[in-house]
Amino acid sequence: MDNDLVVPAIVAVTLVTVAIGFYGLRLARTTSDFLVASRTVSPTWNAAAIGGEYLSAASFLGVAGLILKYGVDVLWYPVGFAAGYLALLLFVAAPLRRSGAFTLPDFCELRLGSRRLRTLATIFVIFIGWLYLVPQLQGAGLTLATLAGSPYPVGALVVAAVVTANVALGGMRAVTFVQAFQYWLKLTALAVPAIFLALQWQADGRPAVTPPDGSTFRTATTVVVEQRAVLTLADGQTLEVRPGDELSFAEGEPVPEVSGVANGATDWLLPSAAGSDDRGLFATYSLILATFLGTMGLPHVLVRFYTNPDGASARRTTLVVLALVGVFYLLPTIYGVLGRIYTPQLLVTGQTDAVVVLLPEAALGAGTTGRLLAALVAAGAFAAFLSTSSGLLTSVAGVISTDVLGRGSVCGFRLATVIAGVVPTVLALNVSGMDVSQVVGLAFAVAASSFCPLLVLGIWWRGLTDAGAAAGILVGGGAAVSSVLITVLGPGLTGWPATLIAQPAAWTVPLAFTVMIVVSLATRRRAPADIGRTMLRLHAPDALRS
Amino acid sequence: MAAEDALPAPRRPDPAGTSDEPVGSGPPARTRVVLAEVSRRPHWPAGTHTELTQQTRVGEALVRGLVRAQLALALQLSAVVMVGLGGLPWLFAIAPSVGRMTVLGVNLPWLLLGVLSFPFLVAVGWTYVRLAERNEQDFTDLVQRPER
Repeated sequence: MDNDLVVPAIVAVTLVTVAIGFYGLRLARTTSDFLVASRTVSPTWNAAAIGGEYLSAASFLGVAGLILKYGVDVLWYPVGFAAGYLALLLFVAAPLRRSGAFTLPDFCELRLGSRRLRTLATIFVIFIGWLYLVPQLQGAGLTLATLAGSPYPVGALVVAAVVTANVALGGMRAVTFVQAFQYWLKLTALAVPAIFLALQWQADGRPAVTPPDGSTFRTATTVVVEQRAVLTLADGQTLEVRPGDELSFAEGEPVPEVSGVANGATDWLLPSAAGSDDRGLFATYSLILATFLGTMGLPHVLVRFYTNPDGASARRTTLVVLALVGVFYLLPTIYGVLGRIYTPQLLVTGQTDAVVVLLPEAALGAGTTGRLLAALVAAGAFAAFLSTSSGLLTSVAGVISTDVLGRGSVCGFRLATVIAGVVPTVLALNVSGMDVSQVVGLAFAVAASSFCPLLVLGIWWRGLTDAGAAAGILVGGGAAVSSVLITVLGPGLTGWPATLIAQPAAWTVPLAFTVMIVVSLATRRRAPADIGRTMLRLHAPDALRS
Repeated sequence: MAAEDALPAPRRPDPAGTSDEPVGSGPPARTRVVLAEVSRRPHWPAGTHTELTQQTRVGEALVRGLVRAQLALALQLSAVVMVGLGGLPWLFAIAPSVGRMTVLGVNLPWLLLGVLSFPFLVAVGWTYVRLAERNEQDFTDLVQRPER
């Protein structure tokens, strides 16, 4: 791909991000400015900022890539990513804002009064934050490698450096403006090319997405394989390919079937059926549970709620976010589906995450329109990496600076930012084979099995004790963390164990809730004495508080 | 923002923590916020709503009632989502013919998940915000009812 507009577009986005950061820097003076934007951010800005922060590489690139690869079953990713905000709205938003807690560790201390629980929560916040940062940097490396031909580490390092510097120097107020700007940029960057793509598809005579005799290459294509796979060619011959192999296909030649991908029309187009695919059904439900309940446990999402002035506005902001995010998630599906027609070679190379950035040129040709749209998409993708990483880094650094370094100073926050940025960068340089969305899915599973039960029970049940909360987080969250580690590092599993480990939420979330409730009941005497006062503070209407 | 215009006008709560700021033009005075210590600020000035703050049995019962009403509302609406969305994989699994149905040339599961699920979620969220605010208003009216 030689598109001379891509690099300028990426540089422009980065410069604007840094510029808004510096604009904010002039306003940021004290520690409280840095961390909570002084609670003077208007709800509209705040909602756009939350949306901008939330729509990550997984949403911008990953969802379309997964749809291209697996079809209808992975539509649950965007639905779940959006529905997570509904769960947050129903169970957490207003009480959490009224509690005055700024981070999850704050909430632990405030509700249960235990320093040790606070430490445990801190460890989980840092783990989830880092786990979520890795795929962002990975996406950046992949995008630059695909579009500008630079080596994979360059993109990851560029994003890591820009974000670390911006957060360290500007703090959260700067980040709020940046995030809000980036929501609209991301929406535009997917919506405008999607319109052109749909028109092009019309003009091409509406080619079928799943033609009865299999997909074919629309143009002569040379493919460089990047992931090990077994291909089944049209004549039934099988071929094992490794990274680096080159294959050429003539125009009109059928796309080979690739192992590990939904190839046939029925596989891709239709949901998994009972009996034949019980494991698929389990994985679907597990994914639904993880994404619905995981959002409320993500550290960068919760921090934002503190910037609402009161509980009622926290609720309204969440509703606006749900709408903004829902509008955005209509778009990746279009890319995944049209990718089936215009970029089938990605199924063979294994780099399905690149579909969003490659599709405009593949469908519209390398003319000016195609190149402009490709540059726009690349800019949007970079906005996604920058904004989500900034949010994550702000919250991880906030936790490190107050709970690990134990200093509330601006200088401490800057030091913490650097520490928080280095670790995931090192990790990202060493992991590259995984789907961006899958790593993000694991972060959701850990959040859903640790912080979701803590928040829901802590807000709604008087009987929760510190011992119960700690046990639930250790057992449920621990099980989810182990699953992540086995998935990333461990041996390849097959059959049911593989499914249970790859999509753990369906068993770890109920486990966490059960342990938390049972241990709390067993240690009933440890329940905080001032629980009545705490419940009043969490739930009493804002009108009664002044 | 259009989505916000559609909401009922907020009942004006005085934002917590800002009541000590000067009224008038110019930027509001900065309040120093130190993470976990935020919570330790007293929110309830003496003399108002004594039943609530002094943890009398009546106050306790009132708060319990509010919490129960809000939780019931949240659970009812999540049940709506659980049936409306959570039932879909199960439906597609036991009745594969539903998955094959097409509307305007698009398979039903794609239309339901890829498009219609988002407005559905927003509608549920909107309902929640409206009803939760009504619960709070009822509670406020109850507490601020003039003494006989």
